[in-house]
Amino acid sequence: MNEVLLVGGMAAVTFAMRYPVLALVSRVSLPEWAIRALRYVPVAVLTAITLPAVAAPDGGVVRVGLDNAHLYAGIIAALVAWRTRNLLATIGLGMVVFFVWKMVFGG
Amino acid sequence: MSHPTPTLTLADAPPATHPSTRSREFWSGARAVLPLVLSAIPFGLLYGALGIQAGLSPAATIGMSLFVFAGSSQFVGANLVSALAPIPVIVLTTFIVNLRHALYAATLAPHLKHLGQRWLLPLGFMLTDEAFAVTIQRFEGENGTSPHRHWYVFGAELLMYLNWQVCTVLGVVAGSLMGDASGLGLDFAMSVTFIGIVVPLIRNRPMVAAAVAAGVVALLTYQLENKVGLMLAAAAGIAAGYFTEVWSANKQGERHE
Repeated sequence: MNEVLLVGGMAAVTFAMRYPVLALVSRVSLPEWAIRALRYVPVAVLTAITLPAVAAPDGGVVRVGLDNAHLYAGIIAALVAWRTRNLLATIGLGMVVFFVWKMVFGG
Repeated sequence: MSHPTPTLTLADAPPATHPSTRSREFWSGARAVLPLVLSAIPFGLLYGALGIQAGLSPAATIGMSLFVFAGSSQFVGANLVSALAPIPVIVLTTFIVNLRHALYAATLAPHLKHLGQRWLLPLGFMLTDEAFAVTIQRFEGENGTSPHRHWYVFGAELLMYLNWQVCTVLGVVAGSLMGDASGLGLDFAMSVTFIGIVVPLIRNRPMVAAAVAAGVVALLTYQLENKVGLMLAAAAGIAAGYFTEVWSANKQGERHE
C-alpha cells in the first residue's frame, strides 16, 4: 500500500469539506436540501460500518449464535447508549460485557 | 482580496482595556473544549494502537492524525486498511464520513467572514466535531460577538489538535509494543464507540429511517468487493432520512391546511 497516497488522499478530501466551505460560504450558500441531507450522514455512515462489524465480526457470514460476543455486547451497548446517552459509559460497559461474554460463551 | 491583512485592522480597533483580549478569547476556547479534549484521550490512544495493528506504518498512523485530523474517519481508514480495501475506496469513504464538516463550516462561516485566508486556512484545517460544538455555542451566546472571537475558535481547535497528536504517538508506541493483539478486542472498541455516538443521535423518525436503511443495505452488501457496500449503505441511509423528513413535513403541512 502506498501510504503517502493514502494519507494524502484522505487529507485532501477532508480539507475540501472544511476550508473551502468556510472561505466561500459567505458568497455561495449551501442549498437547503444539502443542509438537510448532511444531517443524516453520521447516523447513516456509522450504522453502515458498525452493523456488519458486529453481526459478522470475521467478515464471513452473519453469526447470531451466542458465540458471537461482538453482536450481543453490541446490542447491550446500544441499550446502554439509549438509556444513558453517555459515550464513555457506553464504551466502558460495552467492553466489560464483551470480555465477560467471550469468557462465558467462548468465540 | 480587498483586505489583505484583516487581523491587523482588527488588532488596532479595540483599546488595550477591552474586556475581550485575544489571549482571553484563546484561553476561554481552550478551557471550554477541555472536557472534550480529555474524553478524546482514550480514542487517540486507541487509534494509534489500532493503526499499527491494522498494518499501517508508525509514520502513516501519525501522518493521518497530523494531516487528516478527523477521528472517526481515521478509525474507519485503519479498519479498511486491515480489510485490504484499495486506496480510492478508502479515500471515498473518508469523504463520506467527513461530509458533516461541510455543515459545520457552513454554520460557522457567517461568524468568521471578517477574517482573511491567513486565519480561515488553519481554522478550517483544524475544524472538528468538538471544536465546532463549543464554538457555535459561544457564537450564538452573548459573548460571541467579540472582535477577537476567532481566537476562541483557535484556542479550542489547537488544544484538540495537540492533544490528538500526543495521544496518537503514545498509542502507536503501545500498539508497536503489543505485538499481535487481534484477540484483545480492539476492533470491538471501535464498534462500541460508534454505537455510543450513533444511538443518542436517533431521536426522530427520519433518523430511525436513516439508521434502518443504512443497516439493512450494509448487511446485504458488506461482502461485496472493495467494501463498496459501505458507500451504498451510507447513500441509502442518507436518502431514507432525507425523504422521510420531507415526506413527514409535507404530511404535516396538509394537516394544517
